[in-house]
Amino acid sequence: MNIVVLCKQVPDTESRIKLSGDGTDFDMEGIKWILNPYDEFAVEEALVKKEAGQAEKVTVVGLGPDRIVEALRTALAMGADAAVHVKTAEGYIDSLATAKDLAAAIKELDCDLLLAGCRAIDDDMFAVPSMVAELLGVPQINVCGKIEVGDGKVTAHREIEGGAKQVMEAALPAVVTATKGLNEPRYASLPGIMKAKRKPVDVKEAGATQNKAKGTSVSLPEERKAGKVFEGVEHVAEVVRLLREEAKVI
Amino acid sequence: MLNFDLTEQQNILRDQIRNFAEKEIRPVAEELDRTETFSVDLTRKMADLGLFGMFVSEEYGGAGMDYISYIIAVEELSRVDASQAATVAAGNSLGIGLIYYFGTEEQKREWLPRLCRGEILASFGLTEPNAGSDASASKTRAVQDGDHWVINGSKIFITNSASEIAGVCIVQAVTGKADNGKPEISCFIVPRDTPGFTAKAMHNKMMWRASDTGELTFEDVRVPATSMLGHQGNGFKQMMQTLDGGRLSIGAMGLGGAQGAYEEALKYAQERTQFGKSIGDFQVNAFKLADMAMEIEMARLLLYKATWLRDHHRSFGKEAAMAKLYCSEVMRRVTHSAVQLHGGYGLMQEFPVERFYRDQRLLEIGEGTSEVQRIVIARHLGLKPIF
Repeated sequence: MNIVVLCKQVPDTESRIKLSGDGTDFDMEGIKWILNPYDEFAVEEALVKKEAGQAEKVTVVGLGPDRIVEALRTALAMGADAAVHVKTAEGYIDSLATAKDLAAAIKELDCDLLLAGCRAIDDDMFAVPSMVAELLGVPQINVCGKIEVGDGKVTAHREIEGGAKQVMEAALPAVVTATKGLNEPRYASLPGIMKAKRKPVDVKEAGATQNKAKGTSVSLPEERKAGKVFEGVEHVAEVVRLLREEAKVI
Repeated sequence: MLNFDLTEQQNILRDQIRNFAEKEIRPVAEELDRTETFSVDLTRKMADLGLFGMFVSEEYGGAGMDYISYIIAVEELSRVDASQAATVAAGNSLGIGLIYYFGTEEQKREWLPRLCRGEILASFGLTEPNAGSDASASKTRAVQDGDHWVINGSKIFITNSASEIAGVCIVQAVTGKADNGKPEISCFIVPRDTPGFTAKAMHNKMMWRASDTGELTFEDVRVPATSMLGHQGNGFKQMMQTLDGGRLSIGAMGLGGAQGAYEEALKYAQERTQFGKSIGDFQVNAFKLADMAMEIEMARLLLYKATWLRDHHRSFGKEAAMAKLYCSEVMRRVTHSAVQLHGGYGLMQEFPVERFYRDQRLLEIGEGTSEVQRIVIARHLGLKPIF
């Protein structure tokens, strides 16, 4: 069995986010980039399957400008065998355009199981893996906390908000997306980082981007104001009034 | 041509070490410091990551990285906890480095794979109770007896020498008199279980409380002649070269510690309000933080340049001394200001700046005091400072 993992490069959660000059997008200048943490769960799961003898090869696939190779190389340093970089220019590419280029690249690979993070922590669209599954014409199971493979099928355990549990099954090839709790991703070891240097990264040019959706404006949340402190029981009535009228929480 | 970009590998390395330090070290750093505990478990985790033998070639079990990668790793560990950084820095620069750069082929094959896997740690037995900056005052002697050497003497303040995984010590001893009348110095690889060799952990330290520091005694310790590191009489040269590299790692500890304390101070200055404003918005504090950021930037440039010289096989002794001296002094100023910014809370153990403030103090003393660094620099300028 061969596993392919979708890997997206996203801004580090510690990055200070600024808006671009025209207010339609974020300013990416000076951002620190990382491999999407949800994709790390997917990479880890693929490596666990390979180490258990259930998979022969793990290939990671990512789309974006040259800088994303660092995210692919991180997955290689964790232990993936090969990478495919679908190369684009900088700039916004919508979910469907992204999915089309990724699906085209994956069609050229021998893929039995496609894993991905269920979401990317930058735009939180939850869309690309499902679109890729549709474009490839294979089943999909999303937001999984446990993934088992065998007998030509995949069994995935999902937890639905509120605590209900669901088990789903699909014939391979299939797309399965990972969520928190699936595993604890390993650190890339230092020898792993050196080995990753010698692993192949196949570069493919993306097709001409045809966005069907575009951003019109973005804004940042309002800065949190400093809290108010009241001392003494004589303020209880005032606190209740403010909670009701100002904070509107009671 | 100048190029300040790190390579892809170096960027990934920094991210991985930072993640590791944040997730594995930060949650336990305060308690290990408070209880003065050397953690074998954490040391093994650092070994699994490949932190021992980073610059050792792959054939001996190392990662085969350049020295700048190693410096970045020490910097990132120090950003969170000086004790763990010390374990790694001493393990690499002193223990592993001595065997890797000066050992015979047999010695490398015998020791390096186990050291790189972190099964055991190696230490460098250099300082003695009465021989600190004046290494030539060493009282530890080795006398030849047939195909063996017999070592007698004592060592003090030896990092990685006394824990349960301290496996070997490279001991510097006087083996005779050189032609110029000065003592002839050689180094010996002495396994921990050699009869007559005892190592006792030293406690009640002000700093690096979660690192292992030992006091060693050698009473008629017999080692075969094959355990001499390299050649007889090379000990002084081996020490000087090792300390040049070691100074870069102490520099990295100063840089990383300064970075960690600065980040704590910046965060605190933005969260803490007094007189209805973030204290970071008061000019007196904003200027302090601006100075910290500037000095850290300069420290990083100096340290990376010195390391670049080493990676490119240029002479780097002067720059290493400068980087060690400057980075440790920057960390002193930054931790001082960071505690000041925290006010009363900066004096409490639950705030990391308190630990950073204490941990800094060693850096102006260990691997050559700041005074010795100034002598080294002055000599590189062609001066002959009298002391």
